[in-house]
Amino acid sequence: MAASHSTPGMVQIEQSEPLWQNENVRAFALFMLTLGLFLLFWEVGAKSGWFTPGVPTASETIREFWWWVTNPFYRNGPNDLGIGWNLLVSLRRVAIGYTLASVVAVPLGILIGISPVAFKAFNPFVQLLKPVSPLAWLPLGLYILRDSEQTGIFIIFISSIWPTLINTTFGVANVNQDYLDVSKTLGASRLRTIVKVIIPAALPNIVSGLRISMGIAWLVIVAAEMLLGTGLGYFIWNEWNNLSIPNILVAIFIIGLVGLLLDSLFAALEKLVAFGRNS
Amino acid sequence: MNVAPVNTVAPTEMRSPTAQMSIRNVAKVFPGKKDLFSKVTGKARRDFVAIQDINLEIEPNTFVSIIGPSGCGKSTLLNMIAGLSPISSGEILLNGAPITGPGADRGMVFQNYALMPWMTVEENLRFAVKTVDPKSSQKKRDRIIKEHIQLVGLTGAERKHPHELSGGMRQRVGIARALAINPQILLMDEPFGALDALTRGFLQEEVERIWEQQRKTVIMITHSIEEALLLSDRIVMMTRGPAARIDEILEVPFPRPRDRETIQQHPAYHALKAEMESHLFRETRAVEAARAGG
Repeated sequence: MAASHSTPGMVQIEQSEPLWQNENVRAFALFMLTLGLFLLFWEVGAKSGWFTPGVPTASETIREFWWWVTNPFYRNGPNDLGIGWNLLVSLRRVAIGYTLASVVAVPLGILIGISPVAFKAFNPFVQLLKPVSPLAWLPLGLYILRDSEQTGIFIIFISSIWPTLINTTFGVANVNQDYLDVSKTLGASRLRTIVKVIIPAALPNIVSGLRISMGIAWLVIVAAEMLLGTGLGYFIWNEWNNLSIPNILVAIFIIGLVGLLLDSLFAALEKLVAFGRNS
Repeated sequence: MNVAPVNTVAPTEMRSPTAQMSIRNVAKVFPGKKDLFSKVTGKARRDFVAIQDINLEIEPNTFVSIIGPSGCGKSTLLNMIAGLSPISSGEILLNGAPITGPGADRGMVFQNYALMPWMTVEENLRFAVKTVDPKSSQKKRDRIIKEHIQLVGLTGAERKHPHELSGGMRQRVGIARALAINPQILLMDEPFGALDALTRGFLQEEVERIWEQQRKTVIMITHSIEEALLLSDRIVMMTRGPAARIDEILEVPFPRPRDRETIQQHPAYHALKAEMESHLFRETRAVEAARAGG
């Protein structure tokens, strides 16, 4: 009855909406407006001396930023390196320490997750060590390893191991009972169940653990490098000693940007292993 | 075991020599907590007798439905047949051999489909086939998988992942997976319970069509009277729990192949339906009354 009537209302919805009503366009406009106002406030404030003396203007900082990103790789001795070199040094330390941590945490997490006894036995260690600040390990690392490079890697290792370990354990211990029942009714061996069912089922948890660990590794490396020499953390410390505030701001921006990129990489990976599950 | 029989008039069937599956005096007791620690902490619980005195003989190539009020232990019984849940007392024989654990001689269809979300339709079947018969050739496996995808009408969806399929299609994959391992008995735990009414009706007729082709022994748990009448040769009606038992077994005389319209013309249809309705209504009312009183 009603279906035979044409529905003019439907047609109008399909017409393209005006550009300024699009949510993304509006969000971008608000973003640009906020950024503009912030830069304006900064520029005017710095010029009229509203802040502490010595605070650089926005335009000065942007010029510095442009100079650093267009000259990333130069070398004038150990205390005057291009920011690209320092970035690579930091990334290398993170890569080594983080990879080592993942190689230990994922298999160990699987092992702890599949055995309730192992879970109860190891959980106290994990819970005790997890809340320790990464920098608390620094003196110990320096004393044992007697090498700043290795200590940096050690700090990354010890601080990025926990989220992956905990998430992997949780994921493996909480695999949907239905999947395990399917495996059981088919008569699958324990090994086949672990490889084909438990690990893929826990993969979303494992990847989100890896993502959190990467975030922590990137947080920690900057702090650790302030005490070590070379790397982005050291760059900031060095520029503080030079009292070059624009360069510190440039470094903060670059650290944020690289952290954002690393995180998006893992976010994409999370999506890849989700298969319609949300976590 | 302190399984005190509440009611001893349960219909004990004659033991059949031709039966494919025999369920004899089976009971399920969930043990309570009676140790000293639990008593001190006030967490002591008595044993819970879910089902008892279950006797059932199932002939080869019959479709058996088990129907009863919610919480009567139908799923518990099916899980014991599947070997997922230990039998507290009594025994379940499959071809004369007692069931001691899960095995590929019984194919299971789950209410929530239980498909692996990271595997495609084809991979879900391949996992089952390869697990059950790891020595078979690649070629043979490919053929079995293809046949069963075709059987449930999913040709073209082989490379899709479960989240890309509708509920009805997912359960087709579940049925194909259970059949692909060529089990002797198919166990279905409320296979259409999570589907909307239209999809459910459609899939019931699909199951009837598939059953006509293979005539495998099926034990199905259901809540639906129409579903049981459409598909079954025998309908087992269970009483309410705790200590649920078999109240009555109905023979369904409709000729096959069946469809919804023709079985309603059959003279026995309305009498059977009324019988089941009054049983379910009586049991459900008693459950509700017990809940209100307790």
